[in-house]
Amino acid sequence: MSEQAKIGDVIVAELSKAADKDRNILAVTSDSRGSASLAPYIKKHEEQLVEIGIAEQNSVTVSGGLAHSGKRPFVFAPAAFLTMRSIEQVKVDVSYSNNNVKLIGISGGNSYKDLGATHHSLQDLAITRAIPNLEVYTPADQYQAAKLIQYLAISNEPAYVRIGKVALPNIYSDTKNAFIKPGKANIVVENGTDVALVSSGETLHIAIETASLLKMQGINATVVDLVSIKPLDIELLNQLADKTNLIVTLEEHSLYGGLGSAVAEALSPRGDIKLELLVFLMNQ
Amino acid sequence: MDTKMLELKAAQMRLATWNMIYKAGTGHTGSDLSCADILVALYYTVMNQTPQTFEDQNCDHYIQSKGHAVEILYNVLADRGYFPKTDLESYSQFNSPYIGHPTNHVHGIEQNTGSLGHGLGLASGIALAGKLDHRGYHVYTLMGDGEQAEGSVWEAAMFAGNYHLDNLTAIIDHNKLQISGPITQVMNSESLTAKYEAFGFNVIEVNGNDISELVNSLKKQNHTGKPLLILANTIKGRGISFAENKAEWHHKVPSDEQYQQGVKELKTIIGGLKNE
Ligand SMILES: Cc1ncc(C[n+]2csc(CCOP(=O)(O)OP(=O)(O)O)c2C)c(N)n1
Ligand SMILES: [Mg+2]
Repeated sequence: MSEQAKIGDVIVAELSKAADKDRNILAVTSDSRGSASLAPYIKKHEEQLVEIGIAEQNSVTVSGGLAHSGKRPFVFAPAAFLTMRSIEQVKVDVSYSNNNVKLIGISGGNSYKDLGATHHSLQDLAITRAIPNLEVYTPADQYQAAKLIQYLAISNEPAYVRIGKVALPNIYSDTKNAFIKPGKANIVVENGTDVALVSSGETLHIAIETASLLKMQGINATVVDLVSIKPLDIELLNQLADKTNLIVTLEEHSLYGGLGSAVAEALSPRGDIKLELLVFLMNQ
Repeated sequence: MDTKMLELKAAQMRLATWNMIYKAGTGHTGSDLSCADILVALYYTVMNQTPQTFEDQNCDHYIQSKGHAVEILYNVLADRGYFPKTDLESYSQFNSPYIGHPTNHVHGIEQNTGSLGHGLGLASGIALAGKLDHRGYHVYTLMGDGEQAEGSVWEAAMFAGNYHLDNLTAIIDHNKLQISGPITQVMNSESLTAKYEAFGFNVIEVNGNDISELVNSLKKQNHTGKPLLILANTIKGRGISFAENKAEWHHKVPSDEQYQQGVKELKTIIGGLKNE
């Protein structure tokens, strides 16, 4: 395997494999097949593609109906449109009615760079975290993305997956432990307990590089991959808080309601230690 | 069931709904009475769906987009045996599944609605799945005419036309009223026939309070490659003289006096139908 990969390509390849086995898998697009890099999937599974046109709200509602009838729709759209324009459809037609729809938010965070704020998605985790009956994931490398899609292709729970645009370096060496299950975080660097860096998705590799830099200065860091933003691995976070003086979070999201907030919310009931929490936000 | 029996059912469902709303002190009275005949036509003769076959993937489907008219739906479902009628005594009470909008915690209800503008898209998804899997089922959805102002309705209409979903029938309860007043004054959605035709539908206009017209149009085989829209001209508050065509009765609860008067009127209708 190459040393880096675009998560979107991996998701499409893995979904294509799942579609070989299960003809109920559908890719649903809103004039987004190009930006979602769906060409390899479409080449093999044109009959398992539903084009909705530029109507993101309808892409979610129609997928609710498809799922109700036994289909397994994966909706691909830019994260900004999927989680903001369509959020009421996500709440009602996916979460509330409990329809097995998988929402793939592409080009999340600041991926669209110079295209501007209409296309940026720096609130999607806050929004989707607040929706009940919706899992939220941020895969960080190709192995994790592949394993995550293998799980999503057979799971019956609604989920939102946020991915970015650029190729990401490998963090794991194979799919085996890259994604274990919902609500399970991974420790990816274990240098020591001076500081814990908690991150996920597109910023995880930066946390790992930071740990190396810190090590050269004699600071021993642990790095945690919080791939499952919801459900959250509260147990692991508490273990970290037991052992570590400082927890630092790193994410590509608004300060409000993202990964840093999730960690703070999870640890705030603790009264036993004085915890310092630093939330870092990434702007590309 | 013949037309007379269906008319009797509709009148009885109106009375049950009137009683339920009065007792609970809440409900969408005018909206329920408006579409009673449509629901009776669907559930007693048109749809291939029973409480026993409800979970079967090959059964017909019904999505009530105008979810607020849930009281009439509950009464029809109970009468058809989806759950015991006595269950409805808990309507609108804390912890009851029989809340003020449809949820799939209730046997017989497929999708949760209440936010207007979702039903046509959901029904379209179900209809497309039926086409993809070559299943013979038909999908029905009921919308309001005020609801037509929701943009999502038109996203779904464009989709249904584009995919030639002739296993889909959308019904508009065209009572010309919404909460704040006449449709034409609040937000004019008129020319619905031309609008839906332009979106790729066949359109049939019927008297939506006439059971035999409804049954005839709903049972019509449609293999035209186009979804069907039934524009059902109705009277909001139908069956209670002082509630008919009055926007204020959208979700008004009758006073004691009004309640008694309404019971009298509906019982007269029921008596008349029984004697025929
Ligand atoms: C998205 C949304 N907006 C507003 C409402 C509140 N609401 C409930 S019923 C109604 C009027 C509906 O009028 P119409 O569609 O004509 O239905 P009718 O009761 O006349 O059959 C409104 C505004 C809602 N339920 N959903
Ligand atoms: Mg109306």
